[in-house]
Amino acid sequence: MPIPHRPIPHRRFDALIIGAGGAGLNAALRLASADLRVAVVSKVFPTRSHTVAAQGGVNAALANVLPDDWHWHMFDTVKGSDYLGDQDAIEYMCREAIPTVYELEHAGVPFSRIDDGRIYQRAFGGQSQDFGGDQAARTCAAADRTGHAILHTLYQQNVRARTHFFDEYFAIDLIRDEEGVVLGALALEIETGETLVIEAKATLLATGGHGQVFRTTTNAFINTGDGMAMALRAGVPLMDMEFYQFHPTGVAGKGMLITEGARGEGGYLINGDGERFMERYAPRALDLASRDVVARSMVTEIREGRGCGPSKDHVMLRLDHLGADVVHHRLPGITDICRVFLGLDPAEQGIPVFPTAHYAMGGIPTDRYARVVAPARHGPEEVVPGLYAAGECACVSVHGANRLGGNSLLDILVFGRAAGTDILDYVAENPNHRPMREADIEPALTRLGRWDRTGEGESVAAVKADLRKLMEDHCGVFREDATMAEGVEKLKALRERVERVRLQDQSRIFNTARIEALELDNLVDVGMATLMSAYHRQESRGAHSRVDYPEREDEQWMKHSLYARDGDRMDYKPVRTKPLTVESFPPKARVY
Amino acid sequence: MQISIYRYHPEQDQKPRMQTYEVEEQPGMMLREALLAIKEQDETFAFRHSCGEGVCGSDGMNVNGTNKLACVTPVSELKRPIQVRPMPGRPVIRDLVVDMTQFYEQYRNVQPYLIRKEPLPEQEIRQSPEDREKLDGLYECIMCGACSTACPSFWWNPEKFHGPQALLASWRFLADSRDQATEERLDALEGPYKLFRCHTIMNCVEVCPKGLNPTRAIGKIKDLMLEKSI
Repeated sequence: MPIPHRPIPHRRFDALIIGAGGAGLNAALRLASADLRVAVVSKVFPTRSHTVAAQGGVNAALANVLPDDWHWHMFDTVKGSDYLGDQDAIEYMCREAIPTVYELEHAGVPFSRIDDGRIYQRAFGGQSQDFGGDQAARTCAAADRTGHAILHTLYQQNVRARTHFFDEYFAIDLIRDEEGVVLGALALEIETGETLVIEAKATLLATGGHGQVFRTTTNAFINTGDGMAMALRAGVPLMDMEFYQFHPTGVAGKGMLITEGARGEGGYLINGDGERFMERYAPRALDLASRDVVARSMVTEIREGRGCGPSKDHVMLRLDHLGADVVHHRLPGITDICRVFLGLDPAEQGIPVFPTAHYAMGGIPTDRYARVVAPARHGPEEVVPGLYAAGECACVSVHGANRLGGNSLLDILVFGRAAGTDILDYVAENPNHRPMREADIEPALTRLGRWDRTGEGESVAAVKADLRKLMEDHCGVFREDATMAEGVEKLKALRERVERVRLQDQSRIFNTARIEALELDNLVDVGMATLMSAYHRQESRGAHSRVDYPEREDEQWMKHSLYARDGDRMDYKPVRTKPLTVESFPPKARVY
Repeated sequence: MQISIYRYHPEQDQKPRMQTYEVEEQPGMMLREALLAIKEQDETFAFRHSCGEGVCGSDGMNVNGTNKLACVTPVSELKRPIQVRPMPGRPVIRDLVVDMTQFYEQYRNVQPYLIRKEPLPEQEIRQSPEDREKLDGLYECIMCGACSTACPSFWWNPEKFHGPQALLASWRFLADSRDQATEERLDALEGPYKLFRCHTIMNCVEVCPKGLNPTRAIGKIKDLMLEKSI
């Protein structure tokens, strides 16, 4: 049944936040605590956002367990990024990490503790003391349920701050006026199928990642790149989308995440010959080398015939030498996952693992205040008025070409908060809602109305399954020109097919088929951004490994990619190599 | 295998009905995967789900008479024919999707956040590993609603009785050495309903997919009240 034409209700808030994960909720908390009227729109109840699934922890140089310094954290992050991260933003994040974690603890996060009562910190990949020296212990943990602990705490504090939640509302698109100012968004109430315009002086996209674009992923069903695609359709390009992280330890064939903290607690990988193969690839850091390095090493072992199991298609993660006490006490969530999905106790048996699509380093380009920046008349980084982005959907860029474990919870918290802080100033300077015309809403209504078309057609599920297979086949851990060129052609054809997809269920009340159709649109757009950006980058850097261009080429390619939806155009902009107060870290060969 | 599912679509159905689907069973298949296979056959079927690994708490439902989380329920362990219904006692919006408003409302009613009255230190508030351990078995709640919607006391008095989930959350903060609002929390739980409607039927303990024990938490609150009153 088509949505009948009647006036769409409008609600007005000072700030609109789309997405209720860690970034959205931390921004909301900052704003609601300052007595702004804040609306948080989320397609799921807030505590179901995917931050809940983060396991290992959040990085901050607290030095509770081993000596540490924010500057060492910065060095590791720049090196981990394969020198593509923006060093001003990285310096800001690593400094802010320390007060941010204390603030969270004060808010109630049940961090694990060391004997003197301070926060427990574990070792994670890519961490060092003293600029590349011994292993550091920088990851603040609540057992292996840190994301759950943080998300629930942030929701709780927002309950206290009386944040206005629109639970189970799906954001269709941003609303921009003729001058390009973002005025809010059109949303669909899932329970009723009714539309609602939320007008806001500032809008924050905090919608998370898009792992669902790959067939096997650690990501939840809801991670469909909604905010990234909204930005694309609003004319904002996406940045560095070719850098997609494959987490070394997803459960083979199934995709559930096994935290890097498992290796941080002393776990290691073995191949089919029982060999600790990381000794050959990262002689110092071994299993705690950077994620891109470990993932590539694993795939190389398997490709060269040294995998485990009858089909030699995975490797094993061993924790059994750590003892049941450490495994069950420090890694209770992992113990659960292994029992439920594999029927084994990780304190006794190895876990079959394979690199699994996990995290988008790229996203909506922002500055370190979380303001969205896009190329315009006066340069490549002009602020899009009224629009902010934070968390996995954004690209600040602090992760560059490869994110370090423990830096994503940090990113969402620091830049969610930064967004809140800057929105306070922005709303103070822009105290009035700008007028919104019918015509400004039209593009969003057209997108929604497209799914009212009836008749015979393909199903959403069939096209989505093909998309996910296509991305896995043509844009995986190792990439090369011919397979990606073929992938681009296939994806263009698939994009055409989407036009012919029809919803058989045209009902309004809690129609999840309609939501999945709208998500498919988003997945196709971010999939194209990912594949096009990967196809055009002719070098290997961080998570982007080209068989045909195996070297990093700083001269030509130390620059950020920008993909625009209009005409599938690629553009580039320089890396910000100058930190805020310290010396720049110049690019070096990356050895672990 | 056959799965019989409660269907109700308010735009076209006068009353709910059961509909049977045929799904090909795969080794290690969880109920959520079976439901996704049904969704592929019939896109009009609605249920909530997301993470697929038992941490987001979206896919609570009643399976063969017991509340479960579909994504961590292996179909091989279920008696046939498998009967799937919405969680009981809540208004049904559509198919397996229930209205959880009252459940969330009760959670918000227990002041589910850390309250600290002293000035905050520059660093973390210290907490010994022993004190931190008191939160294990409490903070892991995923708010799936399996416990409260299995509780007869919550069925009869969802506006007045907080229910096992909210009371577990209440104890999570009472048990936290950092929290400084014990008296207000206990005072707010006075009266015949909010806390004391629990009759230790223990359905909540039975169904919790995370192995938590709300009944024990409720007992601890009662103990603490008694302790404070003498």
